[in-house]
Amino acid sequence: MKKVITGNHTVSFGVKSARVEVIAAYPITPQTEVVEKLSEMVADGELKARFIKVESEHSAMAACIGASATGARAFTATSSQGLALMHEMLHWATGARVPVVMANINRSLGPPWNIWSEQTDSLSQRDTGWLQFYCENNQEILDTIIQAFKICEKVSLPGMVVLDAFYHSHTAEPVDIPDQKLVDRFLPPYNPEYKLDINDPHTFGGLTGPEYYYELRYKIQKAMVESVDIIKSVGKEYGNMTGRNYGLIEEYKTTGAKQLLVASGAMAETAKDAIDILRKKNKKVGLLRVRAFRPFPKEDLKKAMSKAEVVGVIDRNISLGNEGIFFQEIKSALYNEKRRPAIYGFIAGLGGRDVLEDEIVRIAEDISKRSFKKEITWVGAKI
Amino acid sequence: MKEIIFYGRGGQGAVIASRLLAAAAFKEGKSVQSFPFFGVERRGAPVTAYTRLSDTKIRKRVPIKTPDYVIVLDPTLLENIDVTKGLKKEGHIIINTKVPQSNFPFSKRFKVFTFDAAAIASKHKLGSKSAPIANTSLLGAFSKFTGEIGIDSLTESIAEGVAVKTEENVKAAKEAYEKAR
Amino acid sequence: MKKPVSGKKSIKQIKFKKAGDMPPVAISLASMLYNKTGKWRSIRPVIDLNKCTSCMLCWKFCPDVAIKNIDGKPYIDLDYCKGCAICIEECPVKAVRVEEEKK
Repeated sequence: MKKVITGNHTVSFGVKSARVEVIAAYPITPQTEVVEKLSEMVADGELKARFIKVESEHSAMAACIGASATGARAFTATSSQGLALMHEMLHWATGARVPVVMANINRSLGPPWNIWSEQTDSLSQRDTGWLQFYCENNQEILDTIIQAFKICEKVSLPGMVVLDAFYHSHTAEPVDIPDQKLVDRFLPPYNPEYKLDINDPHTFGGLTGPEYYYELRYKIQKAMVESVDIIKSVGKEYGNMTGRNYGLIEEYKTTGAKQLLVASGAMAETAKDAIDILRKKNKKVGLLRVRAFRPFPKEDLKKAMSKAEVVGVIDRNISLGNEGIFFQEIKSALYNEKRRPAIYGFIAGLGGRDVLEDEIVRIAEDISKRSFKKEITWVGAKI
Repeated sequence: MKEIIFYGRGGQGAVIASRLLAAAAFKEGKSVQSFPFFGVERRGAPVTAYTRLSDTKIRKRVPIKTPDYVIVLDPTLLENIDVTKGLKKEGHIIINTKVPQSNFPFSKRFKVFTFDAAAIASKHKLGSKSAPIANTSLLGAFSKFTGEIGIDSLTESIAEGVAVKTEENVKAAKEAYEKAR
Repeated sequence: MKKPVSGKKSIKQIKFKKAGDMPPVAISLASMLYNKTGKWRSIRPVIDLNKCTSCMLCWKFCPDVAIKNIDGKPYIDLDYCKGCAICIEECPVKAVRVEEEKK
C-alpha cells in the first residue's frame, strides 16, 4: 500500500508493521509525531502493544530494556538532548544484549537551542554498542525499521534507525508499506533463548568480575562483526520481498570514478543530484553513501575506494577538537591499505543549514584540483 | 518539476493543503514531496509550506527558492511578506481575497488570480465565521486556474486526508473549482 | 551454548572455560544461592525468643531479608546475615543481643 506520509509517521507505520509489543517514549521535537501516531494506533486497537508513558528518555530506555529482557519486542524514539539523557541506558541495553530498536531523529545539541538537523547526537553514541543506520529517504526509513528488528534480534544487540530532522521527519513523500502477511513472514515473533521468566528465575547483569566481564565484551564485539553479514543477508531477503535491496553502503555512479564523495542521511540524496550534474559535465565523480555506521563497513569502503584517487567526506557533524566523524573513521579504515586515496574532510549543514547541490558540486570540483590541500573545509560557513 | 509555496497563518491549514495537493498529484502518478518551513509553529504566526510535483523521482531536500506557483491563504500577509520573492517569470500567484487582482501592484509583472475562497469556506461552515478555513476551497480554485491537478484526484485526496468535516471540505473544493475563472 | 541451571535445582556456581561457552549476557553469575554474604559478618545478632513479642519489626527492617518469619517468630538465616545490627537497634523490647563472631 502506497501512502504519502512524513518521515515521522513512516517510523510509526514501520513499528506497526513490525508488530512491536512495548513502546516507551518521551516526546521531543522533532520526534513528537512518531509517538503521537503510535499512541493513537495503540488507543485505536490497530497495534496491540503496551504504550508506557514515562517521565524522561532515561526511563523510556530503561522500560524498553526491561520489556525486551522478558522477550517482548520493544521500541522507542527520541532526538538530540533526549538521546544524550539516555546515554547511560544505551550502554546498559548493549550489555544486557536486548534487541531494542530506536528511531533517532538527528537534531543538533544545545545551547543555543536548535531543533534542526545534525548528526552529532547519534554519532556521540558511537561507542555504546548500538547498531546505527542512516537513512536517505522515507522509504528507506520504513524498510530499515522493519529490517532492524530482524538484524538486532539475530545478533542480540540494540539498533538505532537514524533520520534527519525536518528533511525527513516533517517531509511527506510516497512510501510503500509492504503487505502485513509478507512482513509477518519476514519478521517472525521475537523469542529469545535467554529471557526473564518467573518460572525459571535468574539474575541478569548482576555483579560480574574481571574473570568474565572481559569475555562478555569480546562477545559483543564478535556479534557486531557478525552483524555485517547479517545486515547484508537480511537486506537481500528484504529485497527479494519488496524489490528494494539494502547493504551497508550504497555506490552511486562510482564506475570509473576517480573522485568519490562520501555522504550519509538526507544530504546523500541531494548529493546524487550533484553527481548527475557533474557526470553530465563528463567529470568522473561518484558517491558512496554510508548507510551503516555501526558496524562500520570497513571492508566495503576499502573495496569501493580501491580505485579512487581522491575522496571528499561530507560530515553533517563534528567531533569538536578534531574533525568530522565519518572523515575520521574512513581515514582510519584505510590506514593499512597499500594503495589509498587522498582524503579531505568537509563540515557542512550543522544546525540544519541547507546543503545545496551546487555546494556539493563545488566540493567535487575542489578536490579534483591537484593544488587542493585543505584537510578540513567548512562549507558555506560565514567565516 | 513544479514547485508551489503556500503562505498562511498557523491554523489556516497551509501545511495540510500542501500535503493534500501532494497526495492528489501522487494519485495522478507524479513523484511528490510536501513539507512545512522547518521551524516552530504557532497559531496565528506566518506559516510557509512547500509542495514539489515531478514526473521523475524527487531527491532535492531543501526549501523551495524559485516557485512556479504561490498560494496566499491570508491576504494580510501581503503587507509583511514579499510573495513574489524568487517567483519564476511565468509564475502565478493565487490569493484568497475579495479584492480584484488589479489592486495588487505585482499583477503587472506576474499572473495573479484572486478568488474569494473564504466565502465558500464560510458557506460550508469550515472554521468560524470570522476566521474561515479556506485551504480546501483555495485548492479547488488552484486546480481550475492552473490545471496542475485534476479536481477528481484532489477531492479524492481531501476525502482521504481530512478527518474533520470531510464532506464539507470536498464540497467546498468542488464549488471553488466550478466558480473559479 | 551451556544454559545456566535453575537456582532452585542447584547451588553450584556456574563456571565457564571460554567465551564461546558463555551465554551472551551475565545470567546468574553472581547467584545469591552460592554467594553466602553471611561470611562478611564480624558480629552476630542472637534473638531471645522468651523476650520476643513477635512484633516482627526486625523482619521488616532487615535489609538483607535474612530474618525469616516462621509461625510468627523471627529466625536469623546466618548464611546471609551480614551483622549490620539494625535488628538490635529496632527491637523495642531489646530481645536481640550481640555476640562476637567466633572465627
